[in-house]
Amino acid sequence: MQRPPELQEEFAEALLQPGNPVPAGVVGPNGKAAEKRFAVYRNNVAVSLTAALKSIFPAISALVGEEYFAALAREFIRRHPPSSSILADYGRDFGDFLDAFPPLANYPYLGDAARLERAWLDAYHAADATPLDAGELGSVPQERLGSTRIDLHPSARIVRSRWPVATIVEANRSGGAMPNLSAAGGEDVLVSRPALDVIVTRLAPGEAAFLAALGAGEALESAIASAFDGAASFDLASCLQRCLSTGAFLRLLPPA
Amino acid sequence: MAGNGRAWLVEAGLPARAGVGLKAEHYHAILDQRPDIGFFEIHAENYMGAGGPPHAYLSAIRDAYPISLHGVGLSIGALGPLDGAHLSRLRQVAERYEPGLFSEHLAWSTHDTAYYNDLLPVPYDRETLDRVCDHIDQVQEALGRRMLLENPSTYVAFEQSSMSELDFLREVVSRTGCGLLLDVNNVYVSAVNHQTSPEAYLDAFPFEAVGEIHLGGHAPDTDDEGGPLLIDAHDRAVDEAVWALYERVIERVGQVPTLVEWDNDVPEWSVLYGQAQAAEAIMASVSRSRRHAASA
Ligand SMILES: [Fe+2]
Repeated sequence: MQRPPELQEEFAEALLQPGNPVPAGVVGPNGKAAEKRFAVYRNNVAVSLTAALKSIFPAISALVGEEYFAALAREFIRRHPPSSSILADYGRDFGDFLDAFPPLANYPYLGDAARLERAWLDAYHAADATPLDAGELGSVPQERLGSTRIDLHPSARIVRSRWPVATIVEANRSGGAMPNLSAAGGEDVLVSRPALDVIVTRLAPGEAAFLAALGAGEALESAIASAFDGAASFDLASCLQRCLSTGAFLRLLPPA
Repeated sequence: MAGNGRAWLVEAGLPARAGVGLKAEHYHAILDQRPDIGFFEIHAENYMGAGGPPHAYLSAIRDAYPISLHGVGLSIGALGPLDGAHLSRLRQVAERYEPGLFSEHLAWSTHDTAYYNDLLPVPYDRETLDRVCDHIDQVQEALGRRMLLENPSTYVAFEQSSMSELDFLREVVSRTGCGLLLDVNNVYVSAVNHQTSPEAYLDAFPFEAVGEIHLGGHAPDTDDEGGPLLIDAHDRAVDEAVWALYERVIERVGQVPTLVEWDNDVPEWSVLYGQAQAAEAIMASVSRSRRHAASA
C-alpha cells in the first residue's frame, strides 16, 4: 500500500520549488496561513547556499555580476542541492552546469574557470604533507631514475583549458582586467598547497600530461613519453624544477 | 547559600564563563591578542576537511582555550536515519579537538540525499519524539558522551503537534539522558513569532538539564498579517530584550557557559569580544547580588 507523502517530504520539496504550495498543516499562530512564514525557510535555504557558492566561486560571481550569479545559483541549487552537510564540498558539478547552461553559451570559458576555483578549494582543504625534497630526487641513481614513480602531493590538482583560465580567474578574483580572449591561448594550471598557502602555477606544454601520468602511477620514463607525445618542446629539467618548487611531488615510490 | 555549584554545570566540561563562535575572520586577532575569554565554539562541519589552514588555526587556538563543539548538519529531526558517515566524521573531529561539550539542534536539515543548510522545524508529536530520541541515543553512543540538544527558533507551527515544545524537550531529556542547550535568543524569536510569552517559557524551562546558553542577534521582519516576525539571523548584536531574558535565566541558574553567536556580517574581533564581556558582566553582577543577599 502506498503511504501518503510524509509532511517532511512535502516540506523539503516545497523549499526548492517556489511554485509548490505551503504544505498542509504548516501554520502560523492560531492556525493562520503561513505563506510568508514558510517563505523564511525558502529564503534561508536559497540565500545561505548562494552565499556558499559565491564563497567557492568568487571569480565566476565577479565575471557574471552579483545579481546574475544569484539567479544562476538558485537554478543550480534547485537542480543540484548539496549532497553533504560539509559546504566546502559543494559545487563539484557547477563547472559542468555552466558548460551546459544555454543562456551562457557565449561564455564558454566559465566552466573551466569554475573547475579551477573548485580545485583551489580542494587544495585548500586537502591533507597536509611535507612535499618531496629536491635532494631526495637528486640522489636517485641515474640508472634507476626512469623506473621511479612519484606520488603527487595530496593538494595537487591539474586543470587544463583551451582558455587562459588562470589569468581569467586571477583577474576576476582581484578586480583586474580580463585578458584578450581571442589573442590569448589556453592554459594548463597546477594548483598545490605545500604549506598553508594555495599556489596557482601555469604549466608549460607537456607538463600537465607529465603530472597526470605520474598521478596515474606511471613511472618517470613513461610520464616523460606522455609529455613529449603532446609537446615536442617539453623540457624535463625545468618541469622537475617547477614541480619541486610548487610542492607538487609528495614522495618517491619504488618501481612497480 | 554557597552559590551556584550545581552538578550538571561541572559535568559540562567548559568553564562557566562567556565564549564566542569561532570565525575564520578572527583567527589572526585571537592568536595575536590572546584575549581573556572562556572558550570558543566551533561548527563541526567547518573542520571536517582533511587538512589546511582551518585545522592549523584551530589547533593553535585549541592549545590556548577550551573548545565547544556545535553540530549544524546532523539532522537529528530528520525523517530518515542519521548519516553514519557524517556521524563518524563528527567523532573524528571530537577525538582531534577533545571539546568540553557537544551540542546539536532540535531540527532537521537533510531529506533523502539533499542538505538544505537550514535548521528546519519538527512537529511536536509522539512519532517525532520517538525518532529524535533514537537519533540522540545513536549520537551519544557514537561519541561516547552526553550531548546537549538546542531549543530551536521557529517561524511556523504544525497542526499535528500534540504537545508543547517544553514537554517535548523534557521527554527527550528524560528518555535519552541528554542535556539541553538553552538558546535564549531562540526562545525570544519563537515567542514573538508564535505570540507567546518568553518569560512564561523560561519560567517553565527544565533548567536542571542546561549545560550551555546561547545568545545571538535576530533580524526583524513581518508575517502574513503584518505582525512582527523575527528571523534568527545571527547577523548583529544581541538584542536588549534578549539580554534581559538572559539576566532572568542567570538569576535562576547561576553561572553557565554562555556563547555569543555572530555568523553573518561578522564584525571585527573587538565588537564580538565586547558581546562576550557583556555576558560575563551580567553573570558577575548576578553572583555579586546573590552574595549580597546571602550575607545580608
Ligand atoms: Fe544557537
